[in-house]
Amino acid sequence: MIPALTIENLSKVYDNGFQALKGISFKVEQGDFFALLGPNGAGKSTTIGIICSLVAKSAGRVKIFDVDIDVDFPAAKRHIGIVPQEFNFNQFEKSLDIVVNQAGFYGLPPSMARERAEKYLRELGIWEQRDVPARMLSGGMKRRLMIARSLIHEPRLLILDEPSAGVDIEMRRSMWSFLKRINEQGTTIILTTHYLEEAEALCRHIAIINHGNIVENTSIKSLLRQLSREVFILDCVEELPEAMAIDGFTARRLDDHTLEVEVQKGQHLNEVFSVLGAAGVHVSSMRNRANRLEEMFVNLVEGAA
Amino acid sequence: MNLREQWVAFLTILRKEIRRYLRIWTQTLLPSAITMSLYFVIFGSLIGSRIGEMGGFTYMEFVVPGLIMMAIVTNSYANVVSSFFGSKFSHAVEELLVSPVANVVILMGYVIGGVSRGLLVAVVVTLVSLFFTHLQIHSYFIVITVVLMTAMLFSLAGFINAVYANSFDDISIVPTFVLTPLIYLGGVFYSMDMLPEFWANVSRLNPLVYVVNAFRYGVLGVSDVSLPVAFGMIIFFTVLAFAFSMHLLNSGKRLRQ
Repeated sequence: MIPALTIENLSKVYDNGFQALKGISFKVEQGDFFALLGPNGAGKSTTIGIICSLVAKSAGRVKIFDVDIDVDFPAAKRHIGIVPQEFNFNQFEKSLDIVVNQAGFYGLPPSMARERAEKYLRELGIWEQRDVPARMLSGGMKRRLMIARSLIHEPRLLILDEPSAGVDIEMRRSMWSFLKRINEQGTTIILTTHYLEEAEALCRHIAIINHGNIVENTSIKSLLRQLSREVFILDCVEELPEAMAIDGFTARRLDDHTLEVEVQKGQHLNEVFSVLGAAGVHVSSMRNRANRLEEMFVNLVEGAA
Repeated sequence: MNLREQWVAFLTILRKEIRRYLRIWTQTLLPSAITMSLYFVIFGSLIGSRIGEMGGFTYMEFVVPGLIMMAIVTNSYANVVSSFFGSKFSHAVEELLVSPVANVVILMGYVIGGVSRGLLVAVVVTLVSLFFTHLQIHSYFIVITVVLMTAMLFSLAGFINAVYANSFDDISIVPTFVLTPLIYLGGVFYSMDMLPEFWANVSRLNPLVYVVNAFRYGVLGVSDVSLPVAFGMIIFFTVLAFAFSMHLLNSGKRLRQ
């Protein structure tokens, strides 16, 4: 199957001499939900900017569904929907007009444009605000307006640059379920995010970019398998013994009912539960001390620095 | 995109532009009507009655074509410069840049939007002028042609200004320090016959001289410059501005990083 996105040896040197991308290569398969992660200034937005023509590349090749942007950029653009990080619409226009106009820029006739605008504004829960000038919408609504606008021409590849920035938890969850749904319907999605929890919850594949280089490109599962250790917090029903020790594990009593346990690769939590069970302590709940992906991300980025 | 889709895209940009200036008509249409009424009253009626004839016409008859043209020039320029720079400033221009719409369609959408405002204001100012004088059109063909070409030329100039502008100050510098002096020195209020030979020759470097005189010829049948030369200059500047605007869009200069 043709990849949704192929990037080969992509470089970008800005006019001030800053090299934002140093010959990166990666592919995104059709139907994938792909995360592009990296710290600020790593090159994520530059990569996205090149894909959607807002940034001119210095070297390399970009193909969207096998259409080379150097050969036929307009044809490639038809496949892409972009939700940028910053709000980039006329704040004085009505929400409905913003979406309908975008349809017009893709050549959709007005009747179809209105039909689709209604469909996506309803799906994203902002149809009731269709006649409200965009500046009156909340941050979350503006974000969803940009998603509706990006989908109006029904792109095969949707790119979202930090979609959860400034969005409250409830709205973020509803946006996640919407994105999962359109991904299941066949839209390939590329996401950049600072919320690593978001990448772990949504994405199947991940590329980590740092200082203009791809430092990791794999599946989320495979990445998590590389974790050499994990730290778990266990909430216990009974009071923990003062000197709580578990052979082979580093365990720390945080308070009377909370235990922190470090589990190395190859060790099993069952052993921890056995020891606790023998001590008459039942575990009511358990969680990772930090987001697992976050730990991995920090390790990779620091390792590459 | 096929031709039909490009046409839809063009109409979308044009509709958006027209809606924009109609939505803020008190800032876009009304000021010209008021300013020109004042010009008609002060220069045409009060001062003009003491000036007497100019070029064989009353001063009011002489000054009206220039003032209509002045409204067209300033409005077509202002429309595109403020609208396109506003889009650039708010990043809304990215809506167009990421879409497959052709650059020439983007340019023509904005330019025809500017032309439409220029024409609308011209109609308003002409109607106002009828309260002060009787307009007898010498050649409708010349009047319509010159109006369309001039509105297009200054819409293109506004586009170029918008691309280069970095701040809202930058979009007012050219109209204030370049366009207004050129208009005032372009023969709106006087005949070039009144100037010493040296200054008359210097005036011929001013493109507004050709615009104002070509239009005045269309209305009154008199001009300080030859009509073919005037048409030639307007066409030359329009083609030049169009080619440069297309170059800016195609190269992405100041629009893409």
